[in-house]
Amino acid sequence: MSEIAWIDPLLRSARPQAIGALLRYFRDLDQAEEAFQEACLRALRNWPVNGPPRDPAAWLILVGRNVALDDVRRRSRSEPLPDDAELSDLGDAEADIAERLDNSHYRDDVLRLLFICCHPDLPAVQQIALALRVVSGLSVKEIARAFLVSEAAMEQRITRAKSRVACAEIPFEAPGAVERAERLAAVAAMIYLVFNEGYSASGGTVHVRLPLCEEAIRLSRLLLGLFPSEPEIMGLTALILLQHARAPARLDADGAIILLEDQDRDRWNRDMIAEGLALIEKALRHRRPGPYQIQAALAGVHAQAARPEDTDWSEIDQLYASLERLQPSPVVTLNRAVAVSKLHGPQAALAMIEPLAEPLGGYFHFFGVKGGLLMQLGRAEEARLAFDQAIALAHTPAEAAHIRLHLDRLIKESQPA
Amino acid sequence: MLYALLCYHDEAAVTSRPKEEDDAVIAKRRKVTDPLAASGKLAAVIRLMPTTAATTVRMGRDPVVLDGPFAETKEALLGVYVVDCPSLEHAIELARQIGREEKVVFEIRPVRRFEPQGKTA
Repeated sequence: MSEIAWIDPLLRSARPQAIGALLRYFRDLDQAEEAFQEACLRALRNWPVNGPPRDPAAWLILVGRNVALDDVRRRSRSEPLPDDAELSDLGDAEADIAERLDNSHYRDDVLRLLFICCHPDLPAVQQIALALRVVSGLSVKEIARAFLVSEAAMEQRITRAKSRVACAEIPFEAPGAVERAERLAAVAAMIYLVFNEGYSASGGTVHVRLPLCEEAIRLSRLLLGLFPSEPEIMGLTALILLQHARAPARLDADGAIILLEDQDRDRWNRDMIAEGLALIEKALRHRRPGPYQIQAALAGVHAQAARPEDTDWSEIDQLYASLERLQPSPVVTLNRAVAVSKLHGPQAALAMIEPLAEPLGGYFHFFGVKGGLLMQLGRAEEARLAFDQAIALAHTPAEAAHIRLHLDRLIKESQPA
Repeated sequence: MLYALLCYHDEAAVTSRPKEEDDAVIAKRRKVTDPLAASGKLAAVIRLMPTTAATTVRMGRDPVVLDGPFAETKEALLGVYVVDCPSLEHAIELARQIGREEKVVFEIRPVRRFEPQGKTA
C-alpha cells in the first residue's frame, strides 16, 4: 500500500493538464475523464515497476489517448488491447511528447477546462462543484460532505452541471488575447468562489470546509504558474493565502467566530503570509492595480500588524478608497466605514453608512457594523435593534453566535451594577 | 569540502500536501540533519517559496525582468547567493549589479525558511 502512496500526489497534480489535453482531443468531458481514469489505472500498474515518468502529465495524456483510440479500434475490429508490457516501451514516445507539451501548450488546455466550469448559466454552487470534481478530482462524496448534502444529491447536481456545459458551445481553438483575458477573469472569479465557499461556511461547520480553501489555493497557484505575469492572478493568490493564513485563529473551540482584532495572531500561518506579501510585491511592479491586488493589499496590512492597535488604518482607508473607485459597491463603502471609525470615530462612520441602509437592507454585516458603531456611541437601544436584524440575517450559527456576544455585552452593561 | 544538496520535487504535490504530512517529512529529514547540525557540519538549510513567487532577471545589454521561475534548460545552476534585502526591488537591483556585463540569469526566489547551522532562525 505504502509502496504506491507516492503515485497519488503525482496523479493529482497532473490531473488538470491531463484532462485539459484529453478534452482537447475528445471534445467531450465525460470521455476525457474516462480516458484519464483508465490512464491512472495503468499508471498504478506501470509506475511501481518502471518508476515515475519524467513528465507524468504527458504520460497520462499519451496513455489516455491511446487507450481511448484502442477502444474505438477494438469496437470496430475487435482487436485485443495492448498488454501492460507494451506500455513499458513508452519511454521514448513520452520524452517526445514532453518536449512538445511545454507549459504554454498546457496553458490554454487548463484554462479551457477551468473556463468550462464557469459557464454563466451555472449557479455558483454548481460551478464550484464542477470545478472540484473535474479539475481538482475530489470525489463526489468529498464534495457532498463539504456542501452538507447527500452524495446522491451532489451526484445529480454535478451531472446536471455537466450536461449543461456539454450543450454549450466551447471553442477549442487557441483563444485570442482578449478572449484569454476574459476567460482568465471568469476563472479567477470561480476560484475565489471556491475559496469563499470554504471560508464563509454558509451553513456548515468549518473543518469540513477547509479542503475547499486549500483547493482554491492549489487552483490559483496552478493558474499563476501558467500565467506568471498576470498581476491580478498574483493578487488573487496573495488574497487567498493571506485570508487563509488566519484560519487557525478564526474560530474558537465552540466554532464561534473570533473577530480579527481578538484573534491570537501567533496562530496565523506566517509562511502563507510571507508568500502572500511576496506576491503582492511582485504584482505592484506591474503598476496595473486591480480589485484582487487591492483586496490582497488590505489583507496584507492586517497581516503585518503585530497587534490590532498597530494596524495602519489610514492605509486601509486609502486602499478601500481605491477599491471604491475601481469597483464601486456599497459593501466596499461599508468596509471602508470600519477604517473611518478607527481614524475619525464612530459618528463619522455612522454618517458614512447611513445611505447604505437601502442597498444593504438584507445584508448581515451591515447590521453588524451598524450595531457596533451605535454601541460605541452608547446608543444601546438602537444597537440592540441592529444586532437583532443581523441575527435574523445570519447565514451560519457562528455568525449569529458572534452577534449574540455583542448583545450579551449590551444587556450586561445596561443592567445596574 | 562543502557540498550543496539541491532539492528537486513535484512542486504541485509538495505545496498542496497537508501541514501534518509536510511536518512529518521535515521531521523525518531532521533525524538526519539534526545530528549533522549538532556536529557543526550543516552550514544552512534553506526552504524556498513556490516558483510562483519567483522573479527572473536576465542580464545582457538590456537586462530583462520576468515573472516566474527560470525555465530554460540550456543553462545550469552554478551558484547561489542568499541576501537580506528590504524589498524585491532591492533584490532585483542587486542582481543587476552583481551580474553587470555578464550574460548570467538570476532567479530571485523569496526564502520561506532560513536555518543557519540547521537551527530555526
